[in-house]
Amino acid sequence: MREEPRRDFWVGSFVLLGLAGVAYLSLSVGGVSYRGPGGLELVANFDEVGSLKNRAKVVIDGVKVGQVKSIELGKDFRARVVLDVDGRLALPSDTSASILTAGVLGDQYIALEPGGDTDVLKSGDSVQFTQSAVILERLIGKLIQNLGSGDSKGSKK
Amino acid sequence: MSPTGAVSALGAWTLGAVRDLGRFSVFSAAVANAGRRPPLRLRRLVDEIYDTGVLSLLIVCVSGFAVGMVLALQGHNTLSRFGADAQLGAVVGLALIRELGPVLTSLLVAGRAGSAMAAEIATMVVTEQLDGLRMMSVDPLDFVVAPKAFAMILSMPLLSTLFVLFGIFGGYAIGVVVLGGDGGTYMSSLEDAVEFSEDVLGGLVKGTVFGVLVGFVATYRGFTATPTSAGVSAAATSTVVIASVATLIVDYFITALWGV
Repeated sequence: MREEPRRDFWVGSFVLLGLAGVAYLSLSVGGVSYRGPGGLELVANFDEVGSLKNRAKVVIDGVKVGQVKSIELGKDFRARVVLDVDGRLALPSDTSASILTAGVLGDQYIALEPGGDTDVLKSGDSVQFTQSAVILERLIGKLIQNLGSGDSKGSKK
Repeated sequence: MSPTGAVSALGAWTLGAVRDLGRFSVFSAAVANAGRRPPLRLRRLVDEIYDTGVLSLLIVCVSGFAVGMVLALQGHNTLSRFGADAQLGAVVGLALIRELGPVLTSLLVAGRAGSAMAAEIATMVVTEQLDGLRMMSVDPLDFVVAPKAFAMILSMPLLSTLFVLFGIFGGYAIGVVVLGGDGGTYMSSLEDAVEFSEDVLGGLVKGTVFGVLVGFVATYRGFTATPTSAGVSAAATSTVVIASVATLIVDYFITALWGV
């Protein structure tokens, strides 16, 4: 069996190319390592998370600063969402978190609204003020209810 | 044919199928065993990877690009009806990574390399080269079959990955360059939708499983070919048929059982 350097080179290139492809798919597209600079782990309790998913983005003023790490049901029957946020951020301790929807049909994400407190949130702290996801069906239900009751009173307008 | 005759024929067919399946399993186990026994025969493996992997590169990449282009075109037509053009990257990427990449690569490689593999081994059976090896007390399973089967197993996930990548480029070419979508939106919807553990890993597992299927089916059909020239062509044909059908059926079960 004679050595064939050219053939070896091609096989080596093929394997390298394939592995590079796997790495690209896993790291960049699959987001196995995309965390941005994480490090600050915050807990936020919501009454309703809607269809929030793991790895949903966390934004401040629309700028992505982290992602959702886990969603589970807490002991007090509220949804306990752990956020992984850029560790360099010094977020005031009265920062609030709300679940918003990108567009009408888009994914849900969490928006943080920094407050004015001088104390800073540390890893493991929980966000005090939260606003739950808006469920469209409930909103419409309420709207119909209010319209109905508005008709019966009739005097307000 | 009398009713008893028909039942007997069915029985004979079933027994034949079970016997074939059993032989295939024993053969696969023997090949896997031969592959991990020293000597490792790395040189043989490299040569076989050249034949199955490197020489299949062109057809796999071109096909991947074309499939990506048509996915983007079809996806664009449907998505734009709902004003969801921004999700084009997610559609193209998920379809390629989870399904089309591994399955189409397996079908292509079964046709290009699997049939050649079966025909080559079958020709060695016809010309008694395998018997020649046995006379020199070289185990043909170890020297001829195992490197071919393992080359297929190693090449398939890599080829499938490249198929996916070229598909994503193809989708980009149509969705962004031709149809004038936004490149950043395409890539970010792709990156948002694809998850490593569910999608990418699942695609790799599928690719590897299909590599095992095609590799073992091709070598088995070649190794057990009837030693005639018709036997060689039958081995090549049945390799493509069995490997393709098995790929599609196994793909369904992988998806149904593990949700990949």
